[in-house]
Amino acid sequence: MNFKTTIGLEVHVELKTKTKMFSPSPVTYGEAPNTAANVIDFGFPGVLPRVNKNAYRLGIMVALALHAKVTNETHFDRKNYFYPDNPKAYQITQQERPLGTNGWVEIEVKGKKKKIGIHELHVEEDAGKNTHGASGYSYVDLNRQGTPLVEIVSEPDIASPDEAYAYLEQLRQIILFTGASDVKMEEGSMRVDTNISIAPIGSDTLGTKAELKNLNSFAHVRDGLAYEEKRQAQVLMAGGEIRQETRRFDEPTGTTILMRVKEGSDDYRYFPEPDIPPFHISQEWIDEIGSEIPEMPNKRRERYVNDYGLPEYDAGVLTATKEMSDFFDATVKAGAPAKQAANWLMGNVNAYLNEQQVDLSATKLTPDHLAGMIKLVSEGTISSKIAKKVFQEIITSDTDPRAWVEQKGLIQQSDPAVLTPIIDSILDNNGQSIEDFKNGKDRAVGFLVGQIMKQTHGKANPQVVNQILMAELKKR
Amino acid sequence: MSTNYFEEDITSLHDALVNQKTTAAQLTADTLDQIQTKDKQTKAFITVAADEAKKQAAAADTQGITADRQLAGIPIAIKDNIITDGILTTAASKILTGFIPVYDATVTSRLKEAGAVLVGKTNMDEFAMGSSTENSYYGPTHNAWDLDRVPGGSSGGSAAAVAAGEVVAALGSDTGGSIRQPAAFNGIFGIKPTYGRVSRWGLIAFGSSLDQIGVLSRRVKDSAIVLQQIAGQDENDDTSLPAPVPDYLAAMDGNIKGLRIAIPEEYLGEGVAQGVRDAIEKAVDTLKKLGATVDMVSLPHTKYAVPTYYLIASSEASSNLQRFDGIRYGFRAKDVKNLEDVYVRTRSEGFGDEVKRRIMLGTFSLSAGFYDAYFNKAAKVRHLIQDDFTKVFADYDLIVGPTTPTPAFKIGEKVNDPVTMYMNDILTIPANLAGIPAASVPAGLVDGMPVGLQLMAKPMAEATIFKVADAFEAATQFYTQVPTAMKGEK
Amino acid sequence: MIDRDQVAHVAGLAKLQFTDDQLTAFTKQMEDIIAMADQLDEVDVGDTTPMYQVTNLSNVFREDKPEHWQTRTQLLQNVPEKEAGLIKVPSILDNGEGEA
Repeated sequence: MNFKTTIGLEVHVELKTKTKMFSPSPVTYGEAPNTAANVIDFGFPGVLPRVNKNAYRLGIMVALALHAKVTNETHFDRKNYFYPDNPKAYQITQQERPLGTNGWVEIEVKGKKKKIGIHELHVEEDAGKNTHGASGYSYVDLNRQGTPLVEIVSEPDIASPDEAYAYLEQLRQIILFTGASDVKMEEGSMRVDTNISIAPIGSDTLGTKAELKNLNSFAHVRDGLAYEEKRQAQVLMAGGEIRQETRRFDEPTGTTILMRVKEGSDDYRYFPEPDIPPFHISQEWIDEIGSEIPEMPNKRRERYVNDYGLPEYDAGVLTATKEMSDFFDATVKAGAPAKQAANWLMGNVNAYLNEQQVDLSATKLTPDHLAGMIKLVSEGTISSKIAKKVFQEIITSDTDPRAWVEQKGLIQQSDPAVLTPIIDSILDNNGQSIEDFKNGKDRAVGFLVGQIMKQTHGKANPQVVNQILMAELKKR
Repeated sequence: MSTNYFEEDITSLHDALVNQKTTAAQLTADTLDQIQTKDKQTKAFITVAADEAKKQAAAADTQGITADRQLAGIPIAIKDNIITDGILTTAASKILTGFIPVYDATVTSRLKEAGAVLVGKTNMDEFAMGSSTENSYYGPTHNAWDLDRVPGGSSGGSAAAVAAGEVVAALGSDTGGSIRQPAAFNGIFGIKPTYGRVSRWGLIAFGSSLDQIGVLSRRVKDSAIVLQQIAGQDENDDTSLPAPVPDYLAAMDGNIKGLRIAIPEEYLGEGVAQGVRDAIEKAVDTLKKLGATVDMVSLPHTKYAVPTYYLIASSEASSNLQRFDGIRYGFRAKDVKNLEDVYVRTRSEGFGDEVKRRIMLGTFSLSAGFYDAYFNKAAKVRHLIQDDFTKVFADYDLIVGPTTPTPAFKIGEKVNDPVTMYMNDILTIPANLAGIPAASVPAGLVDGMPVGLQLMAKPMAEATIFKVADAFEAATQFYTQVPTAMKGEK
Repeated sequence: MIDRDQVAHVAGLAKLQFTDDQLTAFTKQMEDIIAMADQLDEVDVGDTTPMYQVTNLSNVFREDKPEHWQTRTQLLQNVPEKEAGLIKVPSILDNGEGEA
């Protein structure tokens, strides 16, 4: 029997704000426990939520970047459940009228493009952290409590673990480009829950879903889903039944382990949050936020290919991060030819970043300096060999490349009036090489160029040297 | 000099302070003495904050009491569901045993800024759920007019403290009548402002869309002075209203000629005791004599107010009270083995029966399969109830009627019959559902017990209420009567 | 109408427990209260929209400016059990993570 797979993803992304969703406590990472919290985060009696405008704005920005329709008439709801990391025993979220609906992202798997629908996305508050300790106790840190989140719920359009992986990659990249979040799985600023079901091909109903948790990387998502796909198929093939259950990905074994079987659905007793007036989100505000969204990676790739004539591959590498893509655009804007700017960024710059394990922003390189250096090469002021020296300089210190090569005397000699006498005198002293050349030995030219370079301390422009040398040789 | 609150008001006390006939320290000492004596009978206070009060009084004296600071050095009591930094705040619940807040409610800080002296925290029904102050972990409060009767609730402690002359004014909170009903039962004035007029920051939430802090005092003017200080937008409460607060005292010019008053026929129905109806008719005659016009009107959805209210308030409460879980503050059950134990045993041992009933009703009405038929249906009927008021206020400035169907009942009389107890709130609940300002002003005695005339106005029109209540008070002078049970006291 | 099992189920959601006698008494009271609530069945609400708030306010936002209010010592002052700056609670037996 063959099965088709249906996967749904719920992605939580922390929004990059200075303060929490409903309290003015600072949003921090790695602070001492319970030091980045206040009475609101602790759910003290008598406190009230205060809505962070920037968090809502970033939520709208993510919605627009995911092509979703932003809801004009909306409000917050309470989701009621008891847990030690949930101090009010309700989470303020948007259930009835989520911030955005009907979005999509386009993925590409094995050369095939596909649109994955986004059912809805909404803003809400994060919970604190509950750590299970030894001896039957757990420990609660409420620093994270109230951190603004956007939850993005996919349609069940995802048909394979590879598509899930590609969807997450796209989602991460798009959100990264908006600047609305750091989207770092390792720091928990992006978290993924997923559900998967399989059904015999041709069946018009979906199978029973299993939920998968504890997924700390995109690879875990893919591997966990792949395992689950196989496990469910085995269960069904053996005549068994899939239970509605929550499973956890186990990294060491690459398997999934049962956490709990769900009995009925949870009853969260959602109702409209009475402490926060509703929202009328105006089209003006949506448009204003839309105009602030940086160009998305797919648009940039199109532009790089169509306007700059770059290969698809280059366009992909340059849009891996917004930082790199912005840097590339700025370098081109500063006058560098696109292909050369791309070559430098993809080659020497990326090599340097990998070697040093740093981000582009941690280097001293600026688009102006990179463009300036490329210009020095293309106008013949420096050789590409010297350019490597200049690059080392401008990536490690804030140095103007032209001033630096002038000061260091690295400017290439291209003036025929200067080079011709030098070449003539070398020819005068190397009669044998002229003979060899006339006898068709090309190596002689190489030797003569070497002599000229030696004489000029490597500063002679090789192209100009070549032209003069050939002309002078023919004269003899 | 020993202060007799039956003969003083904030203005006279303020004059004495400004003219240095007394000091804030003396006034506070007198107040603490009176509380010590009278509270043996009324049991109006849960906590008397003597040391803090003395410090605040000393600070007020040091700063000097000037004519522009009307509340400087004036002792005031605060209901125990209002957060006071450093002072035990329990909402009369076992579950908040030992809870010492680390921040102030906005009303608390605004009173402190005005130099008022906060003498203590008054008794109430647990989490403001009740109409008799019998549902207190700390025991019942007694009516100053008859110690065997309830003072009403839930702000029964605040009302009894004012009626007994322990303080000149007190803060209360009103979700379904919790200021007006005890004011009526105790023969004093009490006002619930427009929803959003006073910040709820630091008010321990019961029904979030209904709760409002207000004032109780013997004299109408004193409530106006206190409300003037605590009202106005607060950045810590997103539901607080941005409109400026008008000068209430300026509005109290005694002239109500031509004022258009409506009496809803539903407020004088069979459920209202004859004595109460007579008292209200007499009060209406007084208002007519003062120059107001009075017509009968209809608020047709009034009879649905009680179920509507209990569904909405209890649903909100069921969520609001989930934070009392024994983890971060207050009571935690002993010998708990696991997390479920912490939750279930703490809450089962920490909440009283009435609170549990409302949590149960609210949880039920929000639960899967029942939301539409209960919570959401109530939210729709609430809209109809508000529409009733909007229609009447198109033609009238004020709606009047009795505050309660009967005078204060005996302690223990209704405690085991929740529905009968709930029906007692029928006349006060509609104003909360509609969010409009409403007050109760004494309208005489029925069989020796006070009854109240309720005044309801358009949203933000507290000034209209103060103006009419002040004129009515001047005409009736009920405040000159000393409660029967307090006659032997000074 | 509500029966004893439903009352027990609702108690579970609310993290309350009752003895058998209490459950019997509570079920009776809940029946009375819900009978009162069922009066709303009479009301034809037509297309009336539900009213959850009365202020007519909308779009109340706060600027994204950090403020420091309480110290950890203050926040933990009322905590029944704590350790190393953390709130200490008995564990649940099942190993489920919290909801996000």
